[in-house]
Amino acid sequence: MSKVTMTVNGRATSGDVEGRTLLSSYLRDTLGLTGTHIGCDTSQCGTCVVHVDGKVVKSCTMLALEADGAVVDTIEGQANADGSLNVIQQAFQDHHGLQCGFCTPGMVMSAAALLKDNPKPSESEIRKYLEGNLCRCTGYHNIVKAILAASGQDVSVVAAE
Amino acid sequence: MPKDTGIGASQKRREDVRFLTGAGNYTDDINVSGQAYVHFVRSEVAHAKILSIDTAKASELPGVVQIFTGSDFEGVGGLPCGWQVTDRYGEPMQEPPHPILAQEKVRHVGDPIAAVVADTYAQARDAAEAISIDFEELPAVVDMSSALDDGSVKVHDNLKSNLCYDWVLGEADDTKIQEAFDAAAHVTTLELTNQRLVANPMEPRVAVGDYNRASDEHTLYTTSQNPHVIRLLMCAFVLGLPEHKVRVVAPDVGGGFGTKIFHYAEEAFCTFAAKACNRPVKWTSSRTEAFQTDAHGRDHVTKIELALDDANNFTAIRTHTHANMGAYLSTFASSIPTWLHGTLMAGNYKTPAIQVNVRAVFTNTVPVDAYRGAGRPEATFQLERVIDIAARELKVDPIALRRQNFITEFPYETPVALAYDTGDYHGTMDRLEANGDFSGFAARRAESEAQGKLRGLGVNCYIEACGIAPSNIAGALGARAGLYDAATVRVNATGSISVLVGAHSHGQGHETVFPQVIAEMIGIDESQVEIVHGDSSKIPFGMGTYGSRSLAVCGSAMVRATEKVINKAKKIAAHLMEASESDIELKDGTFSVAGTDKSVAWGDVTLTAYVPHNFPLEDLEPGLEETAFYDPANFTFPAGGYACEVEVDPETGHVSVERFTAADDFGNVVNPMIVDGQVHGGLGQGIGQALLENCAYDESGQLLTGSFMDYAMPRADDVPFYSVDHSSQTPCTHNPLGVKGCGEAGAIGSPPAVVNAVIDALQSGGHDVTHIDMPVSPGRVWEAIQK
Ligand code: FES
Ligand code: FES
Repeated sequence: MSKVTMTVNGRATSGDVEGRTLLSSYLRDTLGLTGTHIGCDTSQCGTCVVHVDGKVVKSCTMLALEADGAVVDTIEGQANADGSLNVIQQAFQDHHGLQCGFCTPGMVMSAAALLKDNPKPSESEIRKYLEGNLCRCTGYHNIVKAILAASGQDVSVVAAE
Repeated sequence: MPKDTGIGASQKRREDVRFLTGAGNYTDDINVSGQAYVHFVRSEVAHAKILSIDTAKASELPGVVQIFTGSDFEGVGGLPCGWQVTDRYGEPMQEPPHPILAQEKVRHVGDPIAAVVADTYAQARDAAEAISIDFEELPAVVDMSSALDDGSVKVHDNLKSNLCYDWVLGEADDTKIQEAFDAAAHVTTLELTNQRLVANPMEPRVAVGDYNRASDEHTLYTTSQNPHVIRLLMCAFVLGLPEHKVRVVAPDVGGGFGTKIFHYAEEAFCTFAAKACNRPVKWTSSRTEAFQTDAHGRDHVTKIELALDDANNFTAIRTHTHANMGAYLSTFASSIPTWLHGTLMAGNYKTPAIQVNVRAVFTNTVPVDAYRGAGRPEATFQLERVIDIAARELKVDPIALRRQNFITEFPYETPVALAYDTGDYHGTMDRLEANGDFSGFAARRAESEAQGKLRGLGVNCYIEACGIAPSNIAGALGARAGLYDAATVRVNATGSISVLVGAHSHGQGHETVFPQVIAEMIGIDESQVEIVHGDSSKIPFGMGTYGSRSLAVCGSAMVRATEKVINKAKKIAAHLMEASESDIELKDGTFSVAGTDKSVAWGDVTLTAYVPHNFPLEDLEPGLEETAFYDPANFTFPAGGYACEVEVDPETGHVSVERFTAADDFGNVVNPMIVDGQVHGGLGQGIGQALLENCAYDESGQLLTGSFMDYAMPRADDVPFYSVDHSSQTPCTHNPLGVKGCGEAGAIGSPPAVVNAVIDALQSGGHDVTHIDMPVSPGRVWEAIQK
């Protein structure tokens, strides 16, 4: 067991982890931050996406020890200071960008990283960026639409609702 | 004018807030104090005899609590099948035992052999590696037609053969159906495979068993679409526990798509082991395990023949299908290729003679059961493909050929046991033609061609049967379960309402939609109504959510219970206003006496119900809570038309979906936004089946597609924005809301549109291709082009 310390969602945390403990397990099991999900064992699904030192990371591909001393942001820290949904979260609700909600934390974290680098992405840039995030429920229509809307672009032309 | 509350309003979902902030409560988020973890040792080969299992070394390892093998489950029941199919000779299907842990033999890769319970998951896994298993590998049977050969290896030694049943629906007399074909002016024949799929909800399955010694009560937290069904099956058939001592909780569930209907070994194991180890026991499936243990879907091999007269009217349909059951019968496996597939072979068309023959086959593969659409996509695909091919052979417009044969008068009794209550197939086709901009297709094709691409337009219709019912008919056909649902409407003293429903929401948005109905009926704010679901200790016995049934069946129960509540509330209001009950009207949450200005608010009546000081106690019980069980009189029949435009790159064989247009008739719609979303999701899965997904085994029974690296799931850039329209509405005639269900339509209706479009594209390039099996991958398209 080794001790790790991390700033998670602005708070100092620490815990004892094994060498093989993944960052995703540290977040879920040690810190109880269960908004970060585990949907696969081959780094394909993206339900575990978080930000580490501002970079988008699949937390199932990183050891907790590798994140020692890092600043980690998860879905639990995304809402506005007053607890209201942030722009991306609100767009997902407004445009029905989620159904079962299991892919949603990863989608929101990926969308946040995309919009930071590319504030006005095109439809096809969004679709390509989400290559590592699987959703089985929505057929992606409303996820892509929500991200377009969150970036301030007009989505009234998007077919159907 | 779109409404902003009640029935017809696109209310934003209230459940979203917890999911968007990471506050969802999925089964893997549940940890019970003192819990141990189980890891299953699973077969790595498809077929073998277990000679010995040595757990001695493993049990010495740190953290190990107990190791279980098949012998610990002697005397415990096996996993039951919930539908007994009777074959064409009047004999019951062959039904092999399905043990919790393998007894003597393993029959598919992933079959559980032993289970290690330990303090941590890592310790359980480490110990599992120290178990040594001696086995004798046996030849495996994977291909369905060779499984039926005389002398084939048998999956189950004590069955007569690998044939589960040989079943016929419609015209049972082979000579009679042959006569219809002999009289035909034209016959189109198609042989095809509807490939095996893996449902892959993003949340893998999880089970947590807990046992309370003091009260002798079990709790099972599980990723289920139907907690009461799991409780009944597990208590009555597997573990022999009294139902009142078992609570099954399915909290937030991360997608189901059918695969979380079934009762699985791991659920029974965790319940059993929690008592045996005197500790809560948790199992979380890895995705690799999910591929090896979640029931798969589809896997049919079919020959379909369509007969037409000289005026192009359909005169007969004959189909022969081999349906893969896998190694064991999963909970509803037997009903999928029969009552959910054969019954749909009439489609949207008036064809006087239909014969459907299905032979269900055991193989050394993962069990196959319902996956979104379940039988209906298989029926739709073969029918809509063969019609498209017939149109080409006869050189007629495929839409005109369909329109000419549409059923237009309702109710309509099909030759395959269904009675369609209502529909308007021309209506949805009109919407489809308008929204799909078919008149602009030629220009779009020219544009694609200018870029060296081929463009195709594919169209098809579909019909589905949802909300399977009524229970007595289903029972006569072999169902071993009821098919009603239940709701309790519990009005609180201050007027808010808790609705306890048997349906389960795992993405469908019931928490938002169901209150829209009740709020409209009473005229109160939706925020005053809350849905409780997923916990057998809180809700009435309900059958759960699958087959697009929630609103049509459970929603109807909810309406009935609400009507009872309103009736009683009117009696109380009449008493308060000293008026006759028949003069009481309820509007906008206020009771009034017709023709007077007397009124009393909803909240006053509900308070009176629970503080019955001024109350007709001699005629009426206090309180305001009603339950209704609703057993539908018939299925509902959503139907529609879909159109797909693809671009094919002849250099690479790559297919890209450029446009997808859906026109559905779901009857009345409560929340259009959510209905659109359901269609989108179904289209994503249908396009996935058409172009990408395939669950493959090699001849030795090894699963070749055991992870997301090998199994191609549709991703955001594989699909376009969809155009969805459900404005053509013929309300269901036999449920109180006039709703039909929308959950599966997209997955049922879309695969043929995609494949029809690919064939259209290839033919436009002069390639003589009539069919490509799904998934229509670049390799397959490229090969077809080279021929
Ligand atoms: S859990 Fe699937 S990518 Fe991390
Ligand atoms: S909302 Fe269910 S997986 Fe995306």
